[in-house]
Amino acid sequence: MNKKVIATASLAGCFGCHMSILDIDERILDLIELVEFNKSPVDDFKKFTKPADIGIIEGGCCNSENVENLRYFRENCKILISLGECAIMGGLPAMRNGIPLEECLREAYLDGPTVQLNKEGILPNNEELPQILDRVVPCHEVVKIDYFLPGCPPRADLIWDALYALITGQEMKLPYEVIKFD
Amino acid sequence: MIEKSQITQILQNYKNDRYRLMDILLDLHKIQNYADTETISYLAAALKMSRVEIEETISFYHFFSMEPKGKYNIYLTDSITANMKNRKGILETFEHECDTKINSVSSDGTFGLFTTSCIGMNDQEPAAIINDVVFTNLTAYRVRELVKGMRNGLNLEDLMYENYGDGNNADLDVRSMVCNNIRKKSIILKKDYKPYTFVKSGIKKFTPAEVVQEIENSNLRGRGGAGFPTGLKWRFGSQSQGEHRVIICNADEGEPGTFKDRVLLTEYPEMMFEGMVAAAYATGSDIGVLYLRYEYTYLVRFLNRILDSMRKQGYLGKNIGGVEGFNFDIRIQLGAGAYVCGEESALIESMEGKRGEPRDKPPFPVEKGYLGYPTIVNNVETLVTAVKILHFGAKWYSEFGTNDSLGTKLLSISGDCKFPGIYEVEWGTPLTEVMEMCGADDVQAIQVGGPSGMMVSLKDLSHLNSTQLMKWYKPSGMEVAERFIDRRLSYSDLPTGGSIMIFNNQRDLLGEVVMNFMEFFIEESCGSCSTCRNMPYVMKTKLKKILDGHGVKSDIEDLLSWGKTLKASRCGLGQTAGNPILSSIFNFRHLYEKHIQSLTEYDTDFDLEKSVQSYQKFVQKEPVLFHMK
Repeated sequence: MNKKVIATASLAGCFGCHMSILDIDERILDLIELVEFNKSPVDDFKKFTKPADIGIIEGGCCNSENVENLRYFRENCKILISLGECAIMGGLPAMRNGIPLEECLREAYLDGPTVQLNKEGILPNNEELPQILDRVVPCHEVVKIDYFLPGCPPRADLIWDALYALITGQEMKLPYEVIKFD
Repeated sequence: MIEKSQITQILQNYKNDRYRLMDILLDLHKIQNYADTETISYLAAALKMSRVEIEETISFYHFFSMEPKGKYNIYLTDSITANMKNRKGILETFEHECDTKINSVSSDGTFGLFTTSCIGMNDQEPAAIINDVVFTNLTAYRVRELVKGMRNGLNLEDLMYENYGDGNNADLDVRSMVCNNIRKKSIILKKDYKPYTFVKSGIKKFTPAEVVQEIENSNLRGRGGAGFPTGLKWRFGSQSQGEHRVIICNADEGEPGTFKDRVLLTEYPEMMFEGMVAAAYATGSDIGVLYLRYEYTYLVRFLNRILDSMRKQGYLGKNIGGVEGFNFDIRIQLGAGAYVCGEESALIESMEGKRGEPRDKPPFPVEKGYLGYPTIVNNVETLVTAVKILHFGAKWYSEFGTNDSLGTKLLSISGDCKFPGIYEVEWGTPLTEVMEMCGADDVQAIQVGGPSGMMVSLKDLSHLNSTQLMKWYKPSGMEVAERFIDRRLSYSDLPTGGSIMIFNNQRDLLGEVVMNFMEFFIEESCGSCSTCRNMPYVMKTKLKKILDGHGVKSDIEDLLSWGKTLKASRCGLGQTAGNPILSSIFNFRHLYEKHIQSLTEYDTDFDLEKSVQSYQKFVQKEPVLFHMK
């Protein structure tokens, strides 16, 4: 059997979801039997060297680089999964959505009580820097997302079960306790 | 603030009982049309409650307020039939004439203008409640006339038409312009029964167990919509242990498009109360409450008069009907505007002065209900029917209807038909016949059972096999079999609490009707379960996306699968809140597909260039975007 190709990325997230992937513990050895990783922080591939079967996205989009990266993933992955609260709903970074971007930047670089060294009022506008979006958006508002795995972070078992089901083509078991949060 | 002496007086009337908070607040709102902070603090201290407990009750109900309202408060109904009859124009006229916007009070404090869910006048829309007086069949001209009259300080009653409505609507204690519009009578509405005959002479012929048995034999099922067997409910209630037992008549009739209970309350109140007495006798209850929706306040004086006369004649009180030790009395509990209070456990919460949030079940009300006592909650029509069954016998009753649905059903028919009103039909009547009855010859869709029911077409669906039908989601937990093939009113095919709304071919089913229903559920959700609090909103937004032409194929599938998550809600409101969309997808899928983009799988309005504009402007950066490739 050909190994499925998996790619992962953390956009506007905290890498907590990736930590949760690692939390599958020794099953990662089983996983390695089933898949190979391509572009991912796991193996530090910076670019896709071949098309991936499954792309896993942690975090939403808060800047232009996130958007570019996400679109890059969509072009190169057959199936794209939003992993965790930030990818699905924007999460913690999206808390700034209620505040105009200008106000956020002013507070961070000009007026904030801890801004002391930036006396000349330099703003981050170097062309190497990603540009910040006016609001943080979830991944499915930018590209088509096929599956959503909720949680903050999603439990390792959930990630494992979902990946296992996808790779083996079985239906995922979703018992009541897993979907009932209230 | 309201005078302390007045508050104290009201509190004394209810013996400082926190479980009568609804009545206390209703009485306070009569003195001053809102509850100010000092009054709330005073109440909290006197009732030994926290301020928040009182505030959460106030904020739950449409007709309570913590903000000052107007001298005249106009509640304009937002039911779909009102919207079909130019509610928009009426609203604009009100806004213009009263010089205020919807859901606000005019600057001079004269007029408060508010929107409210269906007020049970669907056959005479557009309607509004102004300071508890119902005005029906509004036109722009009438609105101008009304507002002018109110500005000139005329009595609201003088502003009604010269003629009152038919029947008891013209009673001195009702004096309302509401009309009954009874169009078809059958065994229940037929006046072949002299009220109180059962209590006076029949009751002695039965033991309580025999009454329960007789109702069980008749297979009477709850007429409020859920269809729980009444006899079984009475049996459970009589078997539960408690210091007291409680009979509640549910007259909260909040399902949009339903108004048959209003007509029963107006024309058959004696039989309804008698039904409560019979239920009390059967179950050994001593406390009786009629929970009346606030919208029907205009009937309170009249209903209380009937109760008084029953007490005088010995049909309420001690040793009723000459049965030693059978003591039972009824009081009227007004609601304050909340659809979910029609759900029996929410109704009980509301009666206890709390927010009308449904309880977790079990325990069911028949085990632990009002104040923890076993409580039997029955719909108005159920109780009226029970009296007739007890008088004429279960055998007589079972001659009508179909096997699984015996007897008859009162229908409240409204919408695009010549003769909206009340029709009593036998269960099993085909929908086509109902349409002929009410003079509806241009029918695109029929909403059976209100927004929580189903939107159906008269179109024959027999080309679908049962597997295809079974794939569809199950409404109210009832089995879907081949029942979509022959559309008949019955518990196994088209169950209904009585609401039938008809839409002709000119109506925009999705944009006009389904949207209105979804907004209704969003407005009326109590917010307790996350599914019901969020999903109707998300589904409505998705529908809007489709109607705006941004929908893709998977959006329809999303709606269908999301609808299933609503089943996790605690009560019927949440569980059925997706039905307007689900049933319209099932029966009118072509309307959705018309708007769907067939060539693309994904659509978004996200635009990277636009999204970084404010950043570029602020940091003064040239609009060059970083590209990965």
